[in-house]
Amino acid sequence: MENYIIEMLNITKEFPGITANDDITLCLRKGEIHALLGENGAGKSTLMSVLFGLYQAEKGEIRKNGTVVKINNPNDANDLGIGMVHQHFKLIDIFTVLENIILGVEPNKMGLLQKKEAREKVIKLSEQYGFEVNPDALIEQISVGMQQRVEILKMLYRENDILIFDEPTAVLTPQEIDELMEIMREFAREGKSILFITHKLNEIMAVADRCTVLRKGKLIGNVAIKDTTKEELSKMMVGRNVNFKVHKKTKELGDVVLSVKNITVSSKIHSNNAVKNVSFDVRAGEILCLAGIDGNGQTEFVSALTGLEKTSSGIITLCGRDITKATIRTRSMSGMSHIPEDRHKYGLVLDYSLEENLVLQRYWRPEFQHFGFIKSNAVRSYAEKLIKQYEVRSGQGPITPMRSMSGGNQQKAILAREIDKEHELLIAVQPTRGLDIGAIEYIHKQLVARRDAGKAVLLISLELEEVMNLSDRILVMYEGEIVGELDAKTTTVQELGLYMSGAKRSTAKENENAGYYQKSRKK
Amino acid sequence: MQVIIKKAGKSKGFSAFTAALLAVLLGLVFGYIIMTIASPANSFLGFQMLLMGGFKRIGDVFYYATPILMTGLAVGFAFKMGLFNIGASGQYTMGMFFALYAGFMWKLPDSVHWLVCVLAGMSGGMLWGLIPGIFKALLNVNEVITSIMFNYIGMYLVDMLIQGNATMYISSKTRTSYLPASAQMPSLGITNSSVNISIFIAIIAALILFVVLNKTTFGYELKATGFNKYASAYAGMHGKRNIILTMVIAGAMAGLGGAFAILAPSTIAGSSMTYEPVSVIAANGFNGIAVALLGNSSPIGIIFSALFVSHIQRGGTLASLYGYKQEIIDVVIAVIIYFSAFAMLMNAMVGNLIKKLFSKNQSKEILPADPKEEA
Repeated sequence: MENYIIEMLNITKEFPGITANDDITLCLRKGEIHALLGENGAGKSTLMSVLFGLYQAEKGEIRKNGTVVKINNPNDANDLGIGMVHQHFKLIDIFTVLENIILGVEPNKMGLLQKKEAREKVIKLSEQYGFEVNPDALIEQISVGMQQRVEILKMLYRENDILIFDEPTAVLTPQEIDELMEIMREFAREGKSILFITHKLNEIMAVADRCTVLRKGKLIGNVAIKDTTKEELSKMMVGRNVNFKVHKKTKELGDVVLSVKNITVSSKIHSNNAVKNVSFDVRAGEILCLAGIDGNGQTEFVSALTGLEKTSSGIITLCGRDITKATIRTRSMSGMSHIPEDRHKYGLVLDYSLEENLVLQRYWRPEFQHFGFIKSNAVRSYAEKLIKQYEVRSGQGPITPMRSMSGGNQQKAILAREIDKEHELLIAVQPTRGLDIGAIEYIHKQLVARRDAGKAVLLISLELEEVMNLSDRILVMYEGEIVGELDAKTTTVQELGLYMSGAKRSTAKENENAGYYQKSRKK
Repeated sequence: MQVIIKKAGKSKGFSAFTAALLAVLLGLVFGYIIMTIASPANSFLGFQMLLMGGFKRIGDVFYYATPILMTGLAVGFAFKMGLFNIGASGQYTMGMFFALYAGFMWKLPDSVHWLVCVLAGMSGGMLWGLIPGIFKALLNVNEVITSIMFNYIGMYLVDMLIQGNATMYISSKTRTSYLPASAQMPSLGITNSSVNISIFIAIIAALILFVVLNKTTFGYELKATGFNKYASAYAGMHGKRNIILTMVIAGAMAGLGGAFAILAPSTIAGSSMTYEPVSVIAANGFNGIAVALLGNSSPIGIIFSALFVSHIQRGGTLASLYGYKQEIIDVVIAVIIYFSAFAMLMNAMVGNLIKKLFSKNQSKEILPADPKEEA
C-alpha cells in the first residue's frame, strides 16, 4: 500500500442542477507536486474547496495519513496543515504584510497584540526562501507577485505542509512564474506536498510530478508527467485534439483606423498618472496587442479610449474624426466596438434577457423602436438571427435570463453584439478571460476573422499565449507607458516578459531601426 | 406535480408573489400577538375587525389608497432606476400646495378648475423631484440626502406660505379654508365616502408607468441603469438625462398624490378637505415606501399593495371600537407594513426553500421529464 498524505476518495459534490464533482478520487503523496488540470467548470475549484472545508461533499471521504478526517471549515483544514493560495488573494489592502500574515492567528497576551515574535518568524521564513518581503509594507503598495508571496508566507507561518495553489500563475510575469516554480520545487524537496490547480499545460510539464485531469465534473485520469506529453494532457482535458496555433493569412495593411496621440489619464487610486503619454496607431487589417501585467494602466487607457473616463490630455482620432471628447454613443456610432474587460460589470445587464442584452448597443435605432416604443418583434427576430449565427447556447433562446448563461456563452453574446454592429475598430479587452478552451478557440477565430475582413483590432490581453498567437504587432505597457514595440513573428515569450516586468525598454531609435513608425515617447 | 412546482419556483413572479404573501402573513401573526398582549379579551374580535373591517368601508379603502398609491409609484418608479426617492413626502406636500393654490387663487370655469388644480399639483411635485434629480445627475450628490432635506424645506415652505396667505388660511381655525366646489374632484357618489375619480386616474397612471417601463426605450434604459449602471454607461445611455427625467416623473406621481388627497370632495356639503400647517412631514410619503416595497416596485404590484395597506388602515380604525387605542393599532399596522419590507429577503428564501425541497429528487425526476431544458 502506498503512503498518501491526503486521499480524497469517491468525492461527489452536487449543486442544484449540476454535479460539480462526480465520484472523484485524488491521492496526494508526501513531497510531490500534484497538478490538478481541467477547463473552467471542470470541478477543480469545487474539489479543492471540499478539501479546504468551504464545501461539504455529499459522498466520499477524505483521509489524512490513512485516517478519515472531517473538514467542516477552513479552520479544520488549517489544523490538518492544509493551506491554500486563492486565485484572488484574500489580503487586506490597507494592512501591512505582517498584519495580513497573522490575521486570524494573532499572537496576543490578554487581548493585546504581540507582534514582535510573529515579526521575527515572518522575517526568518522570508529569508529562508529568499522572498525579500518587507513585513511593514502595506499590501496596496507591493506588487502582485509580492502579494502572492505574502499568501504563501501565510501558509508557512501557520506551518501548513499541504499547500494548495489555485491558478497561481495567472497574474505573474514569465520571470515571476519561473521563480514561483523554483519555490514550489523547494517546498517539495522539504517534504511539503503541493496541489497545483491550473489549465496551463507548460507549467504542469515543467514542475509537476503527477497530474489528475478532470472534465465536466468527472475524473478522466491520473498520469505521471514523465510518461505523458502536452498533447496527451490537452486531449484528456478537452476530450478532443486542440489546435493551439491560430492560423492567420498574411494581410495587407490598410489605412490608419485609430490614432492615439500623447494620451495621459490620471489615476483614481494614486496621485500619479495611470497612463502616461501613450501614442500609437492601429491600421485596418491588423491585430495590435497591448500586452502587460495587470494593473499597468491598460484598464485606465481603455476606459479613456472608449469614453468611460476622461483623458487629461492627448488626442484620439477614429477614422479621421477627433473623438477625444465625444460621448460613448458617438464613439460607438463612429465605428468603435468594445468587448469590455469585465463582462458582468460593463458588458451585460445580467438581470436582462439574452435578447435585451443583444440590442444593448442598438435598441434606439429606427429598426428597433418607433416613437420610443420598442418593437419587440424586431428585437426577437434580430436576437434569433444572432443566436444562430454566433452559436450562442442558452436554455430558453432569446428570453433566457443572462444571469443563467455560462460565461462562454455570455461572452459569445457580447462578441455577437459588438461584431454585428457596424464597426471599423474592435477593442477586445481580455476577451477570453475565464473561458474554456472551446470558447477561447471560437473567440480567437472570430477576432482573426475581423482582421481578415479588413477591420482594425486592438487586443488588450494578459495571457502571453494569446498575445503571441493572435497579434501582428505587440505594444508592451509598463507603469502606464509603452515601453516596447515588438513584432509578433520574431519575438519570444522571454523577451516579452522582460518588457512586461520593466526590466527592458526599447528606445525610440530601436523602433525606427526595426522599421516601425516613430513613437512620440521621447526619453 | 413536482415538475410544476419546480418550474413555478424558478419563475420570478411566483416567488415574488409568495414572498409578499408570506411577509404579509408573518406581519399579521405578529400583529395579532401585539393585540393579544395589549388586550387579550378582545384580541380575536379586534383582529377580525382589523382584517375584515375594510370591507365595510370599501369606498374609504379606495379613497385612502389613492395618495399612497401615487407616492408608492413615486418611490417604486425611481427605485427601478436604482434611485431611492425618500423625498416623496416633500413632493407630495408641494403637490398639495400647488393644487391648493390653484384651487383658491385661480378663478376658472367649473368644468376645468379641478383638472387645472390636479395639473398644478403635478407640476409642484415635478419641481420637487427635479431639484434632487439635478443634484444627483450633475453633482453626484446622493439623492437620499437631498430628498430628505427637501422634505423639510418643502414642508416648512408650504406651512409658511399657507399661513401667510389670508385667502387660503383661517388663522382662528389654524387650518386652510374650504376649497371652492369647482376645485374638488368629481365624487363617485358612494354615501359617506370621499372616494372620487382620482382612484381611476391613479390606476391609469400606474398602467402608464407599466407601459413606459416595459415597452419603451426610455423604460429599457431606465431599468438597465437600475440593474447595472456601469453597463448602461458602457452602452452610451444618457445617464444624467435619465436620472433627472426619472426624478421628475417620480415627483409628478407624488405631487398628483398630494393633489388627489387635498382636492377630494368632502362628505359634508359646502366643506372640503383642509390642511393644517403643523410642521409635520406628510406620512403618506413614507407610507409610499412601504407600498412600493410590498409591491416589489412594479406599478401593477403597487396598485394592489396600496389597496392592501389602505384596507388594513381602515380596518384598524374600526378595531378601535373594541377598545384598542389608536396608538396600539398604529403599532400593529406598522408591524404588518414593516414585515412587508422583508418581502425581498423572503423572495430569496422562498426560492432557496423550493430548490432545497426538490433538489434531491430533481436529478432523477426532472431531467427525463424535460430533457430539452438543459440543452
